[in-house]
Amino acid sequence: MPLLEVDDLHVQLQTQRGPAEAVRGIGFTLERGETLGIVGESGCGKSITVQSLMGLLPSTAQVKGSIRFDGTELVGLSERAMCEIRGNRIGMIFQEPMTALNPVHTIARQVGEPLRLHRGMARADARKEVLALLERVGIPDAASRLDAYPHQFSGGQRQRIGIAMALACGPDLLIADEPTTALDVTIQKQILELIQGLVEERGMALILISHDLGVIAQNVSKMLVMYGGSVVESGPTAAVFAERAHPYTQGLFAARPALGAPRGQKLATIRGSVPDLIDLPSGCPFAGRCRFTIDDCHATRPPPTPMPHGHAVRCIRLGEVIAEGVLE
Amino acid sequence: MSFLLEVDHLVRHYNLPRERLFGPPPTVKALNGVSFKLQPGRSMGIVGESGSGKSTIARLVMALDTPTAGTVKLLGRDLHALPRPALRAARRDVQMVFQDPYGSLDPRQTVARIVAEPLEALAETSRAEQRERAGESLAAVGLRSGDLDKYPHEFSGGQRQRIAIARALITRPKLIVADEPVSALDVSVQAQVLNLMQELQQKFGISYLLISHDLAVVNHLCDEVCVLHRGLVVERGAPQHLFAHAEHPYTQALLAAVPRAEPAALA
Repeated sequence: MPLLEVDDLHVQLQTQRGPAEAVRGIGFTLERGETLGIVGESGCGKSITVQSLMGLLPSTAQVKGSIRFDGTELVGLSERAMCEIRGNRIGMIFQEPMTALNPVHTIARQVGEPLRLHRGMARADARKEVLALLERVGIPDAASRLDAYPHQFSGGQRQRIGIAMALACGPDLLIADEPTTALDVTIQKQILELIQGLVEERGMALILISHDLGVIAQNVSKMLVMYGGSVVESGPTAAVFAERAHPYTQGLFAARPALGAPRGQKLATIRGSVPDLIDLPSGCPFAGRCRFTIDDCHATRPPPTPMPHGHAVRCIRLGEVIAEGVLE
Repeated sequence: MSFLLEVDHLVRHYNLPRERLFGPPPTVKALNGVSFKLQPGRSMGIVGESGSGKSTIARLVMALDTPTAGTVKLLGRDLHALPRPALRAARRDVQMVFQDPYGSLDPRQTVARIVAEPLEALAETSRAEQRERAGESLAAVGLRSGDLDKYPHEFSGGQRQRIAIARALITRPKLIVADEPVSALDVSVQAQVLNLMQELQQKFGISYLLISHDLAVVNHLCDEVCVLHRGLVVERGAPQHLFAHAEHPYTQALLAAVPRAEPAALA
């Protein structure tokens, strides 16, 4: 049995302008120890997807479909039961290390909170465990800094503290939502290496969300490309990077400025902008911006077309797209 | 040879609040003597990590802050020695584009007022003339003059950054200081804005002083790049050359940390 099985998940959010289809029928499975990346632009539904796994959606959100975590159905689970899982079996690292920590509590108290709550540890025991965690995530001189407050740490150190907190109860699944977007590149490298090391050492499964294709390439074994609330391409990272079969994936790759490219060259752009989740087209979400669009693209959502290596692409014009070759 | 911008031995130290009642206040040495020159029509990139002093350079070049020592000369005039009215007039030649397209546009003003505001601050111009110039400026960044009466919330992040660029263009500046202009944008939108900035460079001969942590973005827009580390320029050169043959260990470390979009081979 896989650790996590998401099937036909739909999330509808209530906004001032009406209901928004933030996630439209996505599905994936994750085994213990496996690493999955989700890549996409703002509003594609990647953060909403993981928030639904954590039970962190706003109370007005409507969730349909199924999320089975280690045999337990999470959709429709009571808040009380969800509290047993959140922070205990599933840990999460957030994007902003500045705001993810409570400024008025010491880090010993914050990192120890899940231990006291889920493990019922006494304060002194939790403190010992917190020290071990902080040392593991690489906080220098951790013993003397247990009673320090978040503002006394740098951004990178705060993210390390956030990681220690997510790891406190030894979760089976670690979710990292853009964990390094707010950090400098050299710090980003250290944090990603730390997460990578911890995942291997503890045999956790990892879901890593990023808009950066480089971060995805180097840190996960399989990936989903999301657009307009749907998965447009999925499969082993190496296969998706090698084939880049969906026109949106090709556009994402081509739009990145490259280091060392000659000056004066134009970047390839994807015309138009991301569709509004409030009135999404009924067919392929990318149809309005795609060069290959025909009338049928607007009619129905394309089914996944299987490719070699367990790679799948949702595009009905795949033959024509592949015939043109990978955009460079 | 006259230079557009000459930055000479710029130093900026900030005093922090005192930690002890009778002790000296601790200081942050944001810039420790930075010099560079920029010829008209050329663009300079400043790269470095948080705390390296990048944004302090932007603030000093914009005369939003005064240096502890050193000078900033724009078209030969020392900005920090000019009397206030002259400084105000000199601001015509240098405009700024900020990082956050959500925070840098006033949500209660129409696009027409936002874009025309630099004109209003500079000289007596009629409302009609301001509106006409604002329309031209919007057209230059690929928006329609029909957008003049809309409000910022009606636009996406990429369009808002275009509005911010239109506002910078309206005084027909020679230099635009852009502090992380695309880092808040999505990849596909980032490419559109970078292409626009490149077109404006070619069409109007605008120079950029581009502050960025993203080496690839600097590579795309600049003729020269300075790598800043702890308030000092540690290496400089043409981006294509510098990124291929970095000599300073800090530049090498920066380059090595950029994640490459090349996964391990398929098992």
